[in-house]
Amino acid sequence: MKYYARRIAFYAFTLWATISLNFLIPRLMPGDPADIMLAKMARNGEVAPGVEKTIRLLLGADTDQSMWDQYVAYWGNILRGDLGVSVTKFPTPVTELIGAALPWSIGLLGLATIISFVLGVGIGAIVGWRRGTWVDHLIPASTLLQSLPYFWVALVLVYVMSVNNSWFPRIGGYDVFTFDGPELTWAFVGSVVYHGFLPALVVVISSFGGWLLGMRNMMVSTLSEDYVTTAEAKGLRTSRIFMTYAVRNAALPSIAGFGIALAFVVAGAIIMEQVFSYPGLGKLMITAVQGNDFALMQGLFLVITITVLVATFLMDVVYGFIDPRTRSNG
Amino acid sequence: MSTTTDAGPVTTPEHDAYVAGLEPVLTARHVSVDYEVTPVVHAVKDVSLTLHRGEILGLAGESGCGKTTLAYGINRLLKAPAVLTSGQVTFHDKGGTDIDVVALGGDALRAFRWDKVSMVFQGAMNSLNPVISVRAQLGDVLKTHRPGMTKAERSARSAELLELVGVDPGRLDSYAHELSGGMRQRVMIAMALALNPQVMIMDEPTTALDVVVQRGILREIMRLREQLGFAVVFITHDLPLLLEISDRIAVMLRGEIVEINTARSIFENAQHPYTRRLLGSFPSLTGDRGAFVRTGEAAGEHPEGRHA
Amino acid sequence: MADDIREQELARAAGPAVPLDEAAVDGLPADDDAPQPVESAIVEASAVGTAAPTATTARRGVRQLLPSLSAKLVVGMVITIGITLFAFVAPMFVQDPRYSGNEAFLPPSADHLLGTTKLGYDVFAQLAHGAKGSLMVGLIAAVIAIVLSLVFGILAGYLGGWSDDFLSLGTNVMLVIPGLPLMMVIAIYAPSRSLLLVAFILGITSWAGAAVILRSQARSLRGRDYVAAARVAGEKTGRIVLVEIMPNLLPLLAAQFLSAVILAILGEAGLSFIGLGPNGSITWGTMIMDSYGGNALSSGAWWWFVPPGLMIALFGCGLSLLNFAIDEIINPKLRNAPAAVKSVRRARRAGVDVTARADAVPAPAAAGAVTDQDRETVGA
Repeated sequence: MKYYARRIAFYAFTLWATISLNFLIPRLMPGDPADIMLAKMARNGEVAPGVEKTIRLLLGADTDQSMWDQYVAYWGNILRGDLGVSVTKFPTPVTELIGAALPWSIGLLGLATIISFVLGVGIGAIVGWRRGTWVDHLIPASTLLQSLPYFWVALVLVYVMSVNNSWFPRIGGYDVFTFDGPELTWAFVGSVVYHGFLPALVVVISSFGGWLLGMRNMMVSTLSEDYVTTAEAKGLRTSRIFMTYAVRNAALPSIAGFGIALAFVVAGAIIMEQVFSYPGLGKLMITAVQGNDFALMQGLFLVITITVLVATFLMDVVYGFIDPRTRSNG
Repeated sequence: MSTTTDAGPVTTPEHDAYVAGLEPVLTARHVSVDYEVTPVVHAVKDVSLTLHRGEILGLAGESGCGKTTLAYGINRLLKAPAVLTSGQVTFHDKGGTDIDVVALGGDALRAFRWDKVSMVFQGAMNSLNPVISVRAQLGDVLKTHRPGMTKAERSARSAELLELVGVDPGRLDSYAHELSGGMRQRVMIAMALALNPQVMIMDEPTTALDVVVQRGILREIMRLREQLGFAVVFITHDLPLLLEISDRIAVMLRGEIVEINTARSIFENAQHPYTRRLLGSFPSLTGDRGAFVRTGEAAGEHPEGRHA
Repeated sequence: MADDIREQELARAAGPAVPLDEAAVDGLPADDDAPQPVESAIVEASAVGTAAPTATTARRGVRQLLPSLSAKLVVGMVITIGITLFAFVAPMFVQDPRYSGNEAFLPPSADHLLGTTKLGYDVFAQLAHGAKGSLMVGLIAAVIAIVLSLVFGILAGYLGGWSDDFLSLGTNVMLVIPGLPLMMVIAIYAPSRSLLLVAFILGITSWAGAAVILRSQARSLRGRDYVAAARVAGEKTGRIVLVEIMPNLLPLLAAQFLSAVILAILGEAGLSFIGLGPNGSITWGTMIMDSYGGNALSSGAWWWFVPPGLMIALFGCGLSLLNFAIDEIINPKLRNAPAAVKSVRRARRAGVDVTARADAVPAPAAAGAVTDQDRETVGA
């Protein structure tokens, strides 16, 4: 239990750090981001005083409010769910924009990550198990794959698959011409899957190599451990030795490091959504950057971080199950 | 360059008389193991050995002499780059059949392992899988080799095995990291006994433990041997220990057995200069002070000369 | 500590199993916190397989640190040095990359080796200058990252106690917060971004991974006898870290540095692609962004967007191969185990293995085919 308590405490602390970073960064940069933002908004329409107050809180103001007071008020806003108003999609509140984009990203990313993990760890285990075969020579070749910038791979894929041969759609999360908006029909789901295929493929290609390599190295190390020799000497079936003695131990670092690897998947996915105009958080983030939409940016940073923390925590739970050493007291 | 006569290891007539009346359980003839590195290393050179039913055979020698490699070779556990280049290993089963161990493969080999010959490895620290419980590890031996047993029967047998070696059966659900070194070693021995093997190979089973625990475990092994009647190949560098517990002792040097005899004969009347040197390098509680201090190679003690 | 188990597993994957000097000299069991498997002196002495007679692995002293000349190493070095030379020499020989007098969208020809862009810039010239830009970013960012990871990693690992806890907390937080969003949040507020600023942002957001690995290694080294001896002799902390601990971690540091360079170059490319790259400089990343914005895809101008991506991949591949070579020094198991299995297969085919003969396997199994022979002993 101590293990889970510690992990939760850690994530809580990270959350606090994230929110504080959001608070600090605009105030540390030169210039007055709040003014810039407000000026922009004013161009698009009347700015309600409540909104102005929020913006100043989010980005820093030259009022005589002390840093600490601003900080407290900032927290108040966050807890109330007020993340400000977007400038690029004025006057939609940030939370609404994020809420609309979130399911797309989680769906695409979630699925792609799971596939990538399973594929990478699975193939890595098999390659590591049969060491000294021709498969080992593929490893250096896979480093080439690993070093390809994922969005560049996306561009090439898009070029090959949809511009030249229109096998797969180039843009969008679903067919915007046929459907007005998300609906609960099989046709819609089919359209979603169809549109999600290429982006998911690129995410998988760019990230499974890391897991593959890590798992393969761990398998090679684990296979020289004493307990594996003992298992062979005991005359156990090969499948049991593979799964319960080798894989179960070799996979631990991959699971422990899942959160870190996830950061890379997130990075890849952000850019993926740009290339494919996929309506997820990543695309929203890029829109925010290109429009200097600070409030939206902060909100997105917060939500993305929270998502990563949740996913990492889930993996920690899995880790706690598999490795009994975490369950002993201290 | 061999220091033994072409006829094999040095021995005495007492030895031949001793083994005449015994029934062999494991016969190894002309076993050689090479390490396929560059240049090739001949770890075990043409070793022949007979193990008799119920006896304790000690295999002594310094680090790197090949005793562990020999044991692994006989047991078909060699790991790359080691390769068994020649040899005939026959297991004489209780029922009367002879099993050609070298020719075994696939399922037959898996069935043979642990059932007829089991092993206790050196450094039990890492011999237990850290992520599954003791129960699971004792259990999977039973599940694999005795598929007829029910879960309850397996549980009962596992508890029985732990009691046999002096470990509280309540420890069945513990994990490796929750056990002390001595306990882990006992669990390993329990695991080795699970299928009532006829031969148990023990590779430095107590070297990593403190002397008190060591004594306890050795006593346990002796007792179990009395009770269950299996033969033991006891591998260690600790010759005085072997003098105490074994029936016969084989001394290995650089991949060859240089002397083999009953424990008593070795103690009283060691023939080979290396054996004598080995005996002489353990400090004695009695006798002249500093009696074991090495006088160095210049005294001409090294049997192989100066190039070793 | 239960938590430490998880961190150990984490570091186990990325870090070396046993630091160099350890494997050769100090056969004693490591302290409990160390991530490596306990290898007692006895195991080392007569183990079968891993510590096989050191016929090939018999190198002494410094030679032990240098990578053996394998194909991976050679190819890696050729690629890396080649591209580096290209980056610093080629710009002197090519057209001005911003000379727009050429015709637009020309395919590769003798005049323009890689064609031209939408604005008429010579792609090859862009590539050459871009190489310099990318490499500079990579280098600076990696240096910043390594310095930070040295502090948060080695210093924290060595000091222990609450300063370790404090630094580790920082490291773990930085580890978990996703990198690209963080970079974007920082970069968005800067009105104009120089190459240096981009490199800086990349550096300060990517040190955490290396820090974790360095810390766990430093922690295990802290317990070594020679470090304790130095402490007793009164050496100052700084000197101990620099003189006793760092040299042993040098291969690891080198590997981390190379990784940091690749990651920085990829990171810069990503940032450039979404418009947060360096203004005014040319890098491979800005080239990709320009090509995307200039509709190279729909115009079919593959010569514009393919080369920069390929260059990044090639350079990354070269660095990765170097890393592999270093990995194999640090973790001899990685090199020995597969090589060992291969040499046994060879011996078997030559008829040396009596168990293979006895079983009368009809024809030598094709590489990769699973036979029972392969399955008896794992890796045999």
